[in-house]
Amino acid sequence: MILASLVDMSRLQFALTAMFHWIFVPLTIGLGVIIALMETYYVRTGNEFWKRTTRFWMKIFAINFAIGVATGIILEFQFGTNWSNYAWFVGDIFGAPLAIEGMLAFFLESTFFAIMFFGWNKVSKNVHLLSTWLVSLGTILSAFWILIANAWMQFPVGMEFNPDTVRNEMVDFWAVVTSPVAVNKFIHTATNAFVLGSVVVIGICCWYLLQKREEEFSRRSIKIAAVFGLISLVVLIWTGDGSAYHVGKKQPMKLAAMEGLYKSKEGTPLVAIGILNPRKDIRRMKEDSLSYMLESPYIFNISIPEGLSLLANRKMGTIVPGIEDILNGGYTYTNRNGEEKIAPPIEERMQRGRIAAEALATYNKARISGDEANMTEAKKVLDENFDHFGYAYIKDPVEIVPNVPLVFYSFRIMVILGGFFLLFFSLTIYFERKAIIGKQRWFQYLGIISIPLVYICSQCGWIVAEVGRQPWTIQDLLPVSASVSSVSSSAVLTTIILFFALFTALLAAEIGIMIKVIRKGPEA
Amino acid sequence: MEGSLIRRIWLFYYEGFRSMTLGKTLWAIILIKLFIMFFVLKLFFFKDAIREYETDNDKSQHIINELTINRK
Repeated sequence: MILASLVDMSRLQFALTAMFHWIFVPLTIGLGVIIALMETYYVRTGNEFWKRTTRFWMKIFAINFAIGVATGIILEFQFGTNWSNYAWFVGDIFGAPLAIEGMLAFFLESTFFAIMFFGWNKVSKNVHLLSTWLVSLGTILSAFWILIANAWMQFPVGMEFNPDTVRNEMVDFWAVVTSPVAVNKFIHTATNAFVLGSVVVIGICCWYLLQKREEEFSRRSIKIAAVFGLISLVVLIWTGDGSAYHVGKKQPMKLAAMEGLYKSKEGTPLVAIGILNPRKDIRRMKEDSLSYMLESPYIFNISIPEGLSLLANRKMGTIVPGIEDILNGGYTYTNRNGEEKIAPPIEERMQRGRIAAEALATYNKARISGDEANMTEAKKVLDENFDHFGYAYIKDPVEIVPNVPLVFYSFRIMVILGGFFLLFFSLTIYFERKAIIGKQRWFQYLGIISIPLVYICSQCGWIVAEVGRQPWTIQDLLPVSASVSSVSSSAVLTTIILFFALFTALLAAEIGIMIKVIRKGPEA
Repeated sequence: MEGSLIRRIWLFYYEGFRSMTLGKTLWAIILIKLFIMFFVLKLFFFKDAIREYETDNDKSQHIINELTINRK
């Protein structure tokens, strides 16, 4: 029996590492494109102003890149140490995208990064510009491969389970790469990084304007960042809608948690703003069913009629399953073969999961003893029930419900801040066009405050995606309790402390160096 | 010609690194970070949990036992 504390601590460690890593990554991706756009202006106009501007933002890019580079490797260390069952079970599905990412990043970054920083007066303008765009493309492609691996965990397609090796083997590379979840997730995450980079540029420029310094530099940088940020945000919102649709079809429990939706009805509303009722706890459903039923899910809420039906089904008057509906089954969902199925109750999936695990054990025994007839029979049973394999490790149906308040509030913070940034970019463009941005001190303060807000928004997105899919490391196939290695909790705690100290030091170094460079300004 | 190309590439990097100002600090941070990650964290704290199993077959067997016996 694996202690819950080990699972929770391993999850905490992975979550903290991923969140720290995600502080650095989006700025690298977002700023990379903004720098490339600025340099394009320089090459097209020949105006030295754009060269100076590009070089300043390159410094900020370099600081962030240097501090953030390789921080994601700690996640890979954790796969081998804390999540060895998962790392083995996932097979080459995870290995292939990560290997491509590693090679691509090394090739692009070691070659073109050097030209970008050392080659200003040594290569032609066009070669330098090409290098800058390739570095930017390299950072985006790195994210692409990582997100493909992540999307596969949310919607495992293009593979077959091999009971001889207990690994999932890729049988259709393109199905993995072009999975609708992967494509949507990639565009959503990349545009999120573009928005973050834009807000950081505007925020830093607002600080200069507040100091009454570098007005031309700030105004021109703001102009590029605001337009780029607004376009990216529109795509971000569009793919956010796509994410909700895919989540509704493939991970309905995540959508139910995002909405705090327990029991559905035709024409399901979307909660715009709400406060959850802490006494509405699904764990009380069996123990004290009457008082559970009498509790409303919300203390307060403002809902958009039919909103969730439209978001999840693209159709009014339709049902979006709530947490209780999912536990009881009977709703329609999309399985990993892309087929629409009627979901069985979770109790039944648990039963079928246990049959699958038992068949795997029988297959293994038959394989060792060379009993081919039993192997064939066990393989047949395993294949028939493999879609429910992960439910073998679920002891109580309510274990498949993620942390509802964390997902619910994170989703709302993300959406509200997304709306705020739509207004923010629009106002920025308006003030800039009217040439009054230098006089709007309140707006300059708002620009600076927006820097932490955009990070909060971005992190909330990850919380929704990753906490919302709990308890699964691989949707329906492997829960966290079966993924974790048999290591001691104290060892995990030690590494949490160590990595926390390292990452905090890195973050402090980044902020410290950045402030120093920003204070010196673009002319330094 | 080939010799001169290699020399030009060498000089490109050599002069680039020599003329760095802020870059020197950043490189120091990168190297310290990589040292801590690979020579402290990886070596002493993040050992491969199934390293004791030499062959892939042994590793598979261990995971089968984990998934069909230990975690049930």
